[in-house]
Amino acid sequence: MQNHPVYTDNDPQNELSTLNLGPTHPATHGVFQNVLQLDGERIVSGVSTIGYIHRAFEKIAEHRPFYQITPLTDRLNYCSSPINNMGWHMTVEKLLGIETPKRVDYLRIIIMELARISDHLICNSVLAVDTGAATGFFYVMEYREAIYEIYEEVCGSRLTTNIGRIGGFERNFNDIAFRKLRKFLKEYPVVLKEFENLTKRNRIFIDRTRDVAAVTAEDALSYSWSGPILRATGVDYDVRAMNPYCSYEDFEFEVPVGDNGDVYSRYLVRQEEMWQSLRLIEQALAKIEKEPSDIFHADVPDFYLPPKEDVYNNMEALIYHFKIVMGEIPTPTTEVYHSVEGGNGELGFYLVNDGGRSPYRLHFRRPSFINYQMYAPMSRGMLLSDAIINMSSLNVIAGELDA
Amino acid sequence: MAKLTNEALLKKITDKFNNQLTLLGEPFGLLTLETGREQIIDILTYLKTDPELQFVFLTDITGIHYPDLEKPIGVIYHLHSLVNNVRVRLKVFLKDGDEHIPTATVLWNGANWMERETYDFFGVIFDGHPDLRRILNVDDMVVFPMRKEFPLEDPNRVDKKDYFFGR
Repeated sequence: MQNHPVYTDNDPQNELSTLNLGPTHPATHGVFQNVLQLDGERIVSGVSTIGYIHRAFEKIAEHRPFYQITPLTDRLNYCSSPINNMGWHMTVEKLLGIETPKRVDYLRIIIMELARISDHLICNSVLAVDTGAATGFFYVMEYREAIYEIYEEVCGSRLTTNIGRIGGFERNFNDIAFRKLRKFLKEYPVVLKEFENLTKRNRIFIDRTRDVAAVTAEDALSYSWSGPILRATGVDYDVRAMNPYCSYEDFEFEVPVGDNGDVYSRYLVRQEEMWQSLRLIEQALAKIEKEPSDIFHADVPDFYLPPKEDVYNNMEALIYHFKIVMGEIPTPTTEVYHSVEGGNGELGFYLVNDGGRSPYRLHFRRPSFINYQMYAPMSRGMLLSDAIINMSSLNVIAGELDA
Repeated sequence: MAKLTNEALLKKITDKFNNQLTLLGEPFGLLTLETGREQIIDILTYLKTDPELQFVFLTDITGIHYPDLEKPIGVIYHLHSLVNNVRVRLKVFLKDGDEHIPTATVLWNGANWMERETYDFFGVIFDGHPDLRRILNVDDMVVFPMRKEFPLEDPNRVDKKDYFFGR
């Protein structure tokens, strides 16, 4: 894959035109720059430039205690930040050998699947907008708001959630959260079905997406693709099913796969995953009924911050608070790789610990970064308008791309 | 197919590459091996193409810096066999001033940006890489910022000195 930039506009014999698509272009949904050589409307070659919002999270993480790294993970894939938060918490729990109670796992699954829905609904509805159908976007967008309101009840924030703590949640889910969740579960399937009716069998939508940017399973694996876009090529690799974490093994769900990896099958896979997520949330809600309702974190005083009122009135709590904040608790010297199924694929955390206050080295395996590198090579020979919808169906999130 | 255990995997690789691999342990069930840069591509090729192993999925390539070691720069490969659902981690350590290692882009196209990222942050030069440029940092940067000697903040900045805060 030769990817050298070609700036040959000064060549009088050259009939190609150079187009800078991005870094700020309304059709690219983020900071993506692609320098394209166009022959009419057809792309001859392209070079992706990334790094416009690189924030050196891996370097910063080497100077932060574990619990302060959670807000950094928010800003990776900000369309589904709870998955990143909980992936990080589970990595630390794996390192420290913390067992979380079942109720915590089920509550986490509820939040993670809500995050997956909010991620996929943005991707699919924006894909519809890019093909010219703006209406569906307004239908489903209302329910991203509903999801954000549930986050708000649980953790207080909406987009960059910083939800949960090492060992569980910072507070129990209140009644309003459950009420909003039940309301969401009742209303969202209707809207999702309506959105599907608008797009799934729509002649224009199918003409714009079917056989566009089709990818074979071999190519997808060679480019280390993961997540819905890999499953759209027919490879049934889902971290939740293959290496279950957070008690996913207790649940029944299906891993949808597509046929030829084109934009339409990616749309179908995401659509089906939203239905499966709803199924998972229903099951989790039913399972929670059987668990003691006052448990929302594991019993790990060494790493779970005590309630603030106890810190003022209780000597032990004050000592624990001090020790956690100052990082005086020994941690094992080892390395751990933990991955979760993020909105875009396998989100991995590679943590090398030297027993100190902060990681010796922390590396994020960011699915968007790895998925996006095929974009320029696969755009060759494609129409510019197809390349645009290809980008929106890859669902590349700039924050996750650059870390 | 019988499940591939770490012991069976270790035996299979050590039989094939006798004396060229060191076992570093099995933290959290993930077999970790160290090898040299001379045979890393042979080992990766074997792991990827052996019909029983089939480590076809390159999860990640990244680097690490231990300034006190004789070979301070490490390159770490995570591979995943989707058929057996087994992961393996390979490490190669490189001497300071001689950070050359052959590229894995001959095996996986996806290694391209992972290696560019490792080059960008650790200065590891992947020989044979088709396009080894910086990827996240600016092109005219002269340091490799994830190395430990590189400070998090500019040491010359004066607005964060202790005396401003009465300390």
